[in-house]
Amino acid sequence: MRRLILIAVPYFWLLALFLVPFLIVLKISLSDTALAIPPYTPTLDFSAGWEGIRAFFAELDFENFEFLTTDDLYWKAYLSSLKIAFVATFLTLIVAYPIAYGMASAPDHWRPTLMMLVILPFWTSFLIRVYSWVGILSNEGYLNQLLLSLGLISEPLTILNTNIAVYIGIVYTYLPFMILPIYAALERMDASLLEAAEDLGCSRLTAFWLVTFPLSKNGIIAGCFLVFIPTIGEFVIPSLLGGSKTLMIGKVLWEEFFNNRDWPVASAVAVILLLILIIPIVLFQRNEQKQREAEG
Amino acid sequence: MSQTVFEPWNDPQAKPLIQFKNVTKRFGEFVAIDNQTFDIYEREFFALLGPSGCGKTTMMRMLAGFEKPTEGTILLAGQDMAPIPPNKRAVNMMFQSYALFPHLSVWDNIAFGLKRDRKPKDEIAERVAQMLKLVRLEKFAQRKPHQISGGQRQRVALARSLAKAPKLLLLDEPLGALDAKLRQDTQFELVDIQEKTGTTFVIVTHDQEEAMTVASRVAVMDDGKIMQADTPANIYERPNSVYVADFIGDVTIIEGRATKNGNGYDIDFAEGQPTLHAESGKDFQNGQTCHLAIRPEKVAITADKPDTRNALKGTILDIAYLGNLSTYHVKLENDQIIKAQTANTRRLSRRSFTWEDSVWLSWTDTAGVLLEG
Repeated sequence: MRRLILIAVPYFWLLALFLVPFLIVLKISLSDTALAIPPYTPTLDFSAGWEGIRAFFAELDFENFEFLTTDDLYWKAYLSSLKIAFVATFLTLIVAYPIAYGMASAPDHWRPTLMMLVILPFWTSFLIRVYSWVGILSNEGYLNQLLLSLGLISEPLTILNTNIAVYIGIVYTYLPFMILPIYAALERMDASLLEAAEDLGCSRLTAFWLVTFPLSKNGIIAGCFLVFIPTIGEFVIPSLLGGSKTLMIGKVLWEEFFNNRDWPVASAVAVILLLILIIPIVLFQRNEQKQREAEG
Repeated sequence: MSQTVFEPWNDPQAKPLIQFKNVTKRFGEFVAIDNQTFDIYEREFFALLGPSGCGKTTMMRMLAGFEKPTEGTILLAGQDMAPIPPNKRAVNMMFQSYALFPHLSVWDNIAFGLKRDRKPKDEIAERVAQMLKLVRLEKFAQRKPHQISGGQRQRVALARSLAKAPKLLLLDEPLGALDAKLRQDTQFELVDIQEKTGTTFVIVTHDQEEAMTVASRVAVMDDGKIMQADTPANIYERPNSVYVADFIGDVTIIEGRATKNGNGYDIDFAEGQPTLHAESGKDFQNGQTCHLAIRPEKVAITADKPDTRNALKGTILDIAYLGNLSTYHVKLENDQIIKAQTANTRRLSRRSFTWEDSVWLSWTDTAGVLLEG
């Protein structure tokens, strides 16, 4: 009985906070827009009894999903989001690995401080941190001022409102999610493994490729998913830093909801986004499980 | 037919494989190795024995190349090792944690060093097969390290370090992680493999029994110094200092004053106690402080006064029953405790002595070793 209650808690949590909201979104995606509050029909009317419920289900259809295929804006936005997420994840990995490596090879008493420095930015609002990049990257921003005063450029660079700014924003924001799993993998590694590799004839560099890198592979995979999955649906960064040409599904979603007030189409976009995300999420789970088995 | 005795350290013609010449190693202010000079010969099984922090691991890491001596030189086959990095040395090491690569199979772990030498594929396969056979792990070649037992992992580590046929193999507490029974079997296996391959082994251990079992010579270390390096028998029977006598095995140390008498010395150690006598070639001034070290198994325990020169009366304070042996702790009237050991050839119920019994202890003139300090 106690076991049952223990298991029931997380299931109830999932049911109430994930499954029910999802079903609501799914239902809206199957509805039609209406000039009403809420702005869609049908709504479930229990007072009409069984007849009312039947009438409600009869009105649901896949019209909105069909609509998504007729306008190429949507699939282009999905593709562009995937591309931006891929590139951004790769860039984050490139930046994060040396940092994680440095942290893991730092002396023991330094590590808590370094860890703190990685986590510290989270204590400030995400919105403010992204917004501050506007001040850095704009034409009159700090970066251009610095480069101009150093004489490296003669004309200010246009970075803000381009995809480059979006990449900078994503790498900056999601860096800790990449650093921490890689650091955890590297930190766990037995230092004598590298000595053993060296003892058996490896140079420092080959020891890194043959031992350190493969042993941090699980951390890399975990970090990549942790960055990739939220990046696909990212809305704040592209809308603050990206330009009119930056096409991301999160932005499209927002516009459908708030500019067009078309809740059913917006919901359909969200449902498709979730379906796309299921693939990497399942892969991520499988990687975690494999790692646990290897350790157990 | 008499076998030739393997004692290159007594042969002035023999060329040592490894020479430590006035080697000192400091970590900041701390002196880990203090001006040591000694030789290790080819095909030797040399044990560095000592408590933790005595410098034995530093000694080994200098041989592997992970540490450089602060002063002095280490020669391998006459060549100064200092400028040679670990990956270029004909020295391999078996790590205390085994340091097996967890992402590689047993086969790939053993082949790791051979692949770095860019040997042809079939040569590598042949050598790995040979190594797997040597450590009897043929069936486990495709397993990952976490899929085999601790004893098997230990053998993989040994095979991996032997695969490149090093001139010198270093073993850092190789049996530390094994349980007592497996450790004993593995000790003999190690000696066997050492003899089969003819490789020079240097083993670091804090377990004196292990050192005595496997090694041709044991170096007892303390505080960055080798106190004595000799065969296990000599270390046990003829320790050169109280430290070595006390560190190896069980011993009673009796402090007294020496007076020359015939081939040895008379030792007065306490008022009201008879004078002891021990034969010794060492030089002591009359009245100089000396230490008589005597092993418990050389002390006889009897109910009646024996007819020998070294006989002391006391009462049994404690009995340690070890199964095959019993160690008696006998307290003399001056509170000095002397250990005596007897083999339990009879059943326990018929044991001759018990607690509080008054007994006589005796030993011969040659049983004890007279030491200065």
